[in-house]
Amino acid sequence: MKIIKHTGLVLFIIALTIFTGTLFTGSFGLTKAEVEEYVTAQGYKSEVITEALEKAVSTEKELSIFEFSNRVRDAYQASNDHYDNLIAKYDAEKNWDKKGEQYQYKIYGKPHTLSYNLAKNAGSGYVKENAGLMWWLTFGLGIIGALLFILPNFILLGAPGIKNDGVFHKAATNRGWIAWLVLFYLVTFYLLLYFKADYVVNWTYILDPISEFLNGGKASQWFVYGFLYCTIMTVMAVRMFIKYRHNKYQILRTTSVLFFQIVFAFLIPEIMTSLNMPGYDFKNAFPLDYDFFFEWNIEKLTESGAVGLFILVWGTILTLVIVPLMVYFFGKRWYCSWVCGCGGLAETLGDPYRQLSDKSLKSWKLERWVIHSVLVFSVLMTVVTLYCYFSGAESFLGIHSQWIKDTYSFLIGAWFAGVIGTGFYPIFGNRVWCRFGCPLAAYLGLVQRFKSRFRISTNGGQCISCGNCSTYCEMGIDVRAYAQKGENIVRSSCVGCGVCSAVCPRGVLKLENDSMDGRINPTEVLLGNDVNLLDLLNKK
Amino acid sequence: MEHIVIIGNGISGVTLARHIRKNSNKKITIVSAETDYFFSRTALMYVYMGHMKFEHTQPYENWFWEKNRIELKKGFVQTIETHSKTLHFAKGDTLQYDKLILATGSKPNKFGWPGQDLDGVQGLYNKQDLDTLEQNAPNNKVCNRAVIVGGGLIGIEFAEMLVSRKIPVTFLVRESSFWNGVLPEGESEMISRHIKTHHIDLRLSTNLKEIKADENGRVKSIIIEETGEEINCNVVGLTAGVTPNIDFIKKSNIETDKGVLVNRKLETSVPDVYAIGDCAQQREAIGNRRPIEAVWYTGRMMGETLAQTICGNPMEYNPGHWFNSAKFMDIEYQTYGWVFGERNRPDYEKHFHWIHKDDNKCITIAYHKDTKLFLGINTFGIRMRHEFFDNVLTKKWTVDKVIEHLSAANFDPEFYKLHEKDIVTQFNSETGSTILLSKKSWRKIFA
Ligand SMILES: Cc1cc2nc3c(=O)[nH]c(=O)nc-3n(C[C@H](O)[C@H](O)[C@H](O)COP(=O)(O)OP(=O)(O)OC[C@H]3O[C@@H](n4cnc5c(N)ncnc54)[C@H](O)[C@@H]3O)c2cc1C
Ligand code: SF4
Ligand code: SF4
Repeated sequence: MKIIKHTGLVLFIIALTIFTGTLFTGSFGLTKAEVEEYVTAQGYKSEVITEALEKAVSTEKELSIFEFSNRVRDAYQASNDHYDNLIAKYDAEKNWDKKGEQYQYKIYGKPHTLSYNLAKNAGSGYVKENAGLMWWLTFGLGIIGALLFILPNFILLGAPGIKNDGVFHKAATNRGWIAWLVLFYLVTFYLLLYFKADYVVNWTYILDPISEFLNGGKASQWFVYGFLYCTIMTVMAVRMFIKYRHNKYQILRTTSVLFFQIVFAFLIPEIMTSLNMPGYDFKNAFPLDYDFFFEWNIEKLTESGAVGLFILVWGTILTLVIVPLMVYFFGKRWYCSWVCGCGGLAETLGDPYRQLSDKSLKSWKLERWVIHSVLVFSVLMTVVTLYCYFSGAESFLGIHSQWIKDTYSFLIGAWFAGVIGTGFYPIFGNRVWCRFGCPLAAYLGLVQRFKSRFRISTNGGQCISCGNCSTYCEMGIDVRAYAQKGENIVRSSCVGCGVCSAVCPRGVLKLENDSMDGRINPTEVLLGNDVNLLDLLNKK
Repeated sequence: MEHIVIIGNGISGVTLARHIRKNSNKKITIVSAETDYFFSRTALMYVYMGHMKFEHTQPYENWFWEKNRIELKKGFVQTIETHSKTLHFAKGDTLQYDKLILATGSKPNKFGWPGQDLDGVQGLYNKQDLDTLEQNAPNNKVCNRAVIVGGGLIGIEFAEMLVSRKIPVTFLVRESSFWNGVLPEGESEMISRHIKTHHIDLRLSTNLKEIKADENGRVKSIIIEETGEEINCNVVGLTAGVTPNIDFIKKSNIETDKGVLVNRKLETSVPDVYAIGDCAQQREAIGNRRPIEAVWYTGRMMGETLAQTICGNPMEYNPGHWFNSAKFMDIEYQTYGWVFGERNRPDYEKHFHWIHKDDNKCITIAYHKDTKLFLGINTFGIRMRHEFFDNVLTKKWTVDKVIEHLSAANFDPEFYKLHEKDIVTQFNSETGSTILLSKKSWRKIFA
């Protein structure tokens, strides 16, 4: 069994190395004809860009993606510099007409995105030409390796039950060197994905065939991310199924997030795209889906006929009616631990790291400030955007619409949700984003705290203050602080993962939906003591 | 300002301090020789097993004490001088008190076995024991085998700990079946089988004769009383129960027996001195409870009660219905009311026993054979609701009524497979009753 496990680990590392290695392969270049065709297709008006690009990429030399990217970005820069100089010159000459004319020649867009778009068609090499084989050597081998590593646990971990032996002895799960290495890999991955997509263009080649099969188009970096996301979740869900096989709540919840990720977040949008509809994740609720009310999205939807209109109405009802109503009946867990994609990754890939969340009162205070600020930020952004959309203004309340959208996308959408939210799993635990950053979680949390039937009931006087519950609460809730006082846990941040209840060795905690009466029950003295004392103090 | 001094920073002393603070402005000092801050003894095993770090066993953050004006003093109290109300510490310093509370807990029993003080022989009670164990048994290379002596709740935890590091364990138990002094037969046997599935070498009806040393004064092996068999081992865990940790108190004029003798108000024989928790011994047992109860929640309840007395609202210690819980490896155990094992069972007590075919869940319900009054329940592998049974016991339900409403008692996580139907069917067929399982929720029942 041990041998199988180790073989699996070796295979996985080989696959990861190949996967990472592919980034450094292939050569990139375009013929002059291809460049011209591209420039025309893009509708660039610049008169110098064609030549600049041709000089950059139509060469005999074999360019790696990094050189290619450099050259392309320089070419765009050169073109824009050219017109900036003219603008400055006409400005000095006070030739306003001429100056005004120059702006149309400028090319906007993020340099690495421009470079990515060219690179997607410019690559050649082993990876691109052998996508099928490469898929097997990276994804295939990785999946097999990971499964060989995970499946023996069914026997190695022994009879069903709580399996946390050695969690704090291992470098991977106790902030040791493995954890830091994983953090480094994940952070780099997200930085490339969000900010330097052209560097990972080789990965998209591996998935081109699958993407073409699903939606008729080639794979983008987001397709790679989506596919990888589903793959990782599936494999790590197998780990969950084995680890928590005695606990039906965990099994069902894991199956549910997996289903919603694969079907709702991945397959349905891809299929919609292939049918020429706007691809939409029907479970992704605003404000987690922060660009739902951006102009381009509204326009795209309103232009897509009945389907688009349906999505627009659905998205609005989802946030305003369905989400709060479901939270009233079941708590925010219905979303955060049963449906959500971010939650899904946190509960599968992130499960080995749940014990690393900070339980101090300080971090709870910080959490409340930060998460509610993000909620306010996202709502403000949406109000500004919508106002500007309908009124045609550029700004509202003194806030520039484009600026606030860009700032939010950069700070919250990319850095917080991705780089920090997932990249920092191995050090700060698996729910950093859900706890500190997610505006939807903040909204669900307010409903859960003030108007919901959900609570975690504590079982009278049975708590022995051991602290397992607090340690394994991924949201950093000090569950014990309530349990040892005999108080139910009613906290806005609780995502209802049910792990506190699972790990409690004394059967103290039960997640349940019940009447709102007596849901919050501050107590002085616990059940089991003198009834007169209980009466005296608890009814005071 | 009155100075309240508490010896012992365990659950009883700390609960008392917290409640005095809630109700008064008195000066409070907690003395302990063990650790700087209160931690949960019950979680020691999880630190060794790597489920938690030691800091996770501390229920309050370190700022808590200063914020609540509870002074912490680390030091070992050597003598108590009650006439001058002075404590003398091992280091020579002293502390004056106006009221003194003894909450000094327990220590592991040692029955004078030859070799019981050798290196590698240890109990499992305090933080120092945990540190010692980390030295004695860091892994199965340093410790090839351990022998645990004494089949109680701490013994089984000790065994589970060692098994988590793949250290082979021999478990010597005096009884003919695990913990059958307390548990009825069916349960005790199920747990015995469960222990064996964890590859623990469980030796029932077996006593320790002596512990042998190697040339360095470290444990080398043990000899079994009954067979004379010698078992080589590097660690011997002594877990044959605990006794009150009161040696230093015995030198004072405070009256003691096994523990510090107290009346129902938790007062000792000396005015202004009280005792709570594991170290306190009731002069007369309360109900079926033992005079000394070395249990987490009773220490807490004594603290809750005594705080009232000290803050001017004199109150007797009057615990409610008995309950408790434990975990035997993978099997959780809860008990509400009284269910006696073979040895102590009164002749009016009748049992209904149900066991699941997987051999990891069972319940035993005790009731009065004539009146059918429900007396108590033991439940293994199924969580049940404390509040439900507390009500049932207060309202004096019959066993039939409890069986009828058993669904309302269930406290397992959602979606778990339910076994009440099975249980009712078996009960009906054994007793010739025709009870139908009710679906009413516990809130509705006791509304
Ligand atoms: C491994 C283990 C597991 C357990 N599990 C459970 C369980 O699951 N459920 C349950 O109900 N109970 C359990 N118990 C029992 C429970 O922990 C005790 O009943 C409880 O801790 C007693 O609390 P206490 O406050 O009376 O004393 P303690 O917690 O023992 O505290 C007494 C303190 O006083 C200090 N002290 C003593 N003498 C002096 C002195 N002269 N000077 C200075 N300081 C002194 C000691 O060092 C100690 O720190 C367990 C016990 C152990 C050891
Ligand atoms: S309190 Fe319990 S259910 Fe809620 S998030 Fe924490 S561990 Fe999960
Ligand atoms: S895990 Fe259970 S017994 Fe331990 S502190 Fe939490 S609620 Fe109490």
